[in-house]
Amino acid sequence: MQVYMDNNATTMTDPKVVEAMLPFFSERYGNPNSLHKFGTSVHLPLSKAIDQVYKGINASDGDDIVFTSCATEANNWVLQSVWIDNVLNSDKNHILTTEVEHPSILSTCKFLEEQGMKVTYLPVNDQGIVEAHTVRSFITDKTALVSIMWANNETGMIFPIQEIGEICKEKGVLFHTDGVQAVGKIPVDMQSVHVDFMSMSAHKFHGPKGIGALYIRDSQPLTPLFHGGEQMGGRRSGTLNVPGIIGMGRALELATENIEATMALIRSKRDRLEDALLEMLDDVMVVGERDNRTPNTILISVRGVEGEGMLWDLNNALIGASTGSACASEDLEANTVMLAIGADNELAHTGIRLSLSRFTTDEEVDYVIEAFTAAVKRLRAISSSYAKVGPSPGGEAQACDLLYHHDNDIVVKH
Amino acid sequence: MAKDNLLGGSLWDAYSNKVTTLMNNPQHQGEITEEEAAAHGNKLIVADFGAESCGDAVRLYWEINPETDVIENAKFKSFGCGTAIASSDVMTELCMGKTVDEAVKITNIDVEKALRDDPDTPAVPPQKMHCSVMAYDVIKKAAGLYKGVDAESFEEDIIVCECARVSLSTLQEVIRLNDLKTIEEITDYTKAGGFCKSCIKPGGHEEREYYLVDILADTRRQMDEEKMAAAADASMTGDFENMTLVQQIKAIDAVIDESVRQFLVMDGGNMEVIDIKNSDDNIDVYIRYLGACNGCASSTTGTLYAIESTLKEKLSQKIRVLPI
Ligand SMILES: Cc1ncc(COP(=O)(O)O)c(C=O)c1O
Repeated sequence: MQVYMDNNATTMTDPKVVEAMLPFFSERYGNPNSLHKFGTSVHLPLSKAIDQVYKGINASDGDDIVFTSCATEANNWVLQSVWIDNVLNSDKNHILTTEVEHPSILSTCKFLEEQGMKVTYLPVNDQGIVEAHTVRSFITDKTALVSIMWANNETGMIFPIQEIGEICKEKGVLFHTDGVQAVGKIPVDMQSVHVDFMSMSAHKFHGPKGIGALYIRDSQPLTPLFHGGEQMGGRRSGTLNVPGIIGMGRALELATENIEATMALIRSKRDRLEDALLEMLDDVMVVGERDNRTPNTILISVRGVEGEGMLWDLNNALIGASTGSACASEDLEANTVMLAIGADNELAHTGIRLSLSRFTTDEEVDYVIEAFTAAVKRLRAISSSYAKVGPSPGGEAQACDLLYHHDNDIVVKH
Repeated sequence: MAKDNLLGGSLWDAYSNKVTTLMNNPQHQGEITEEEAAAHGNKLIVADFGAESCGDAVRLYWEINPETDVIENAKFKSFGCGTAIASSDVMTELCMGKTVDEAVKITNIDVEKALRDDPDTPAVPPQKMHCSVMAYDVIKKAAGLYKGVDAESFEEDIIVCECARVSLSTLQEVIRLNDLKTIEEITDYTKAGGFCKSCIKPGGHEEREYYLVDILADTRRQMDEEKMAAAADASMTGDFENMTLVQQIKAIDAVIDESVRQFLVMDGGNMEVIDIKNSDDNIDVYIRYLGACNGCASSTTGTLYAIESTLKEKLSQKIRVLPI
C-alpha cells in the first residue's frame, strides 16, 4: 500500500476537477480577451468558475477575486504593493506579521526590510498561534499592514482572524491573511470577518497547481504587481489561465459544498490516527489543541527519533509525510515554526507532520499507524536517546541552546 | 544556477547505496556493558557527541585491551538522520582492530570515503558532509577519555571548516597567495564553506569559533597594512617620487599616522589627504583639516609647517602641503 499523508504540501487533483478542466485545453482553447467566438465562448464557463470561487469563500459582489499563478504571487503582490502604495507614496513604514508565516511572506518581508521597511515578527504562544491582544499592542501609527496567516501549514493551528480583523478595522490598518491552509479545509466566510486581502491556492484543496487568487475587499486600490495587457480589469495582467480558473472554481465548490460533513469525516480519521499514535507510543507529543486545528493536520514530535530518519523509514514503507527537521532541508536551517513554538528544542528535530485529505481511507490510517509505530520502534532501538549504558565520566556532551530570532526588536529565546 | 539546478536536488537520490544500506540496516549499532568489557579483561569507554537538541547525537562504545591499546570491539548509538547513522556505523567499523593512537587519525573524510560506492563519487550531497564530522569528533572524545587528556589535544591545527577539514593557517595562506577577495573564491580554492556552510558566517547550522567572513576580513586588513608599511619603507629608500599615486597616498598616510595625526587628535582635530599632483619641480599634497583643526589659527602656519617638514624629511624634499 502507498499512502499520501502530505496534503498540506499539495493535494491530488480531484478527478472531477480534471474532468471539468479537460475541454479547455484542446477544444475550447480561445483567449477570453479575443473578440471572436473562440474567445467569447469561454466567458460563460469562466463566469461560472468565478461564481464558484466567490461562493466558496462567501465574498460579496463588490469584492475582487483576482486570479494569480499561485499564493506566493498573491502574498508578494500584497506586501510589495503595500510598500509602494503606503510607504514610498505615503507616510507609513511598518508591517506586522508573525514568525511562523510561510516563506513567501517571510522572505518578502526580509526583502522589504532591505528596502527600508520596518517589520515586526510576532512570536507565537505554546499553541503556535498569535493572540489578538498581542497584535493590538504592536500596531503603531506607522503600521501599514498586518499580515497574519489564517491557518498554519506545519501545525494546522487556526489563528483568531475574526478578532484580529476587528482590531485592524478599529485601528484603520490594512489586514492581509494568507488563507492557503484554511480555504477548502475549514469554513471561510469573507462577510463575517474584516479582511482586506486574502491569498489562496488551488492545489491545496484538490485543484490544479499553478493557479491561486487574491481576494481584495471592496475592490480597494492596490498597485498591480504584473503590468501588461490589462487582463483582470488591469489588476493582474497576463492571459487568463482558463483551465486553471475552471479547475479552481470546481475544486473549491467540491471542497466547500458540504464542508461541515467533509470536515467531520477527515477529523474522525485524523483523530483516530492521532489517538492511536499517542496511545501506542511513549514520549510523543502533538502540537496544538485539536479543536483549534485544521481537521486534517497532526504535527507529532517523537522523542529520540530524528525527523529525517523517521521520514526515511516512512518513505521505505511508501508513506509520504513531511518534517521540519533541519536535516531534511536543503540548507540545513531548522524549521522556524518548530523553533518558534519552542515547546522544547527537540521538537525542532523530531517533528513529523501527517496531513490527511478527504481521500484518505480508513485502511490507509490503519496502515500508517502500523508503519509509523514500527519505524519509531526501529529507530529508537538505534537511538542514543534510548541507550541504557551511559557515557564514561567526562564523556557527556552538552545540549544545544537553540535560539530563534529575527533581527528585530522582538527576540524570543527558548 | 543553471539547468541542472532548476528543480533543486533530491537529497536522498544523492546518497550512495552504501549509505542507504547502512541506514536501513546498521551493522554495529548497539551497546557494550561494563560487565561484557570486564569479562574480556578490557576497559570500556563510552563517549557522547552532540545532543538531541542539536539535531544529531552519537554515543560511541569502545572495548579497549589495556595491554595493547587495541580497540577490540566497538558499537554505537545514534540520534540522527540517515547519513548520521550510516556515518556512525562506518566510523565504528573503522575503529575496530586499531589502537587508540591509530583511531584518532581517522578523519571525517575517511568516513565519507568509506561510504562511497565508487571512489570518485561523493557518498552524500555537500550539505550532509557535516554528519560525518560528528563521527570523527566522537573518536577524539573517546580517545581523550581513555588517555585522560583533552580531546582537543589531538588537533594539530585549528580546523575552521570541519566538513572539508580546512585549517585556519591554510585559509590565511591561500587568501594571501591568491589574493582572494570573496567567500566564493575561498570555497573554490579550498572547499571550505562548500558543505554545511556553518563556517561561513554566524547564524548557520551550528555555532563555530571561527568564521570565513572574519578570517577573510582580518587577513585582507593585514595584507593592506603590510602593503602600506612596504610603501612607507620604500619611501625611506628614496623611491617616493617614482611611486604610483596610490602608493604615494599610502606612504603619506603611513607617515601621517606615525608622526602627525596623534598631535592633531589630541587637540580635537584631524586631517585627510585629498589629492596629490606631481609636476617636475613639486609634489603638491592637498589636504583637508577636520574637526578642531578646521579654521584654527595655526592650521595655515605652525601646524602646516610641521606636517610639511615631516613629509619632506621622510618622503621627498619636493613635497608641498596645500590645505583646501
Ligand atoms: C501557508 C502557505 N502559504 C503559501 C503557500 C504557497 O502556495 P503556492 O504554492 O500556491 O505558492 C503555501 C504552500 O506551500 C502555504 O502552506
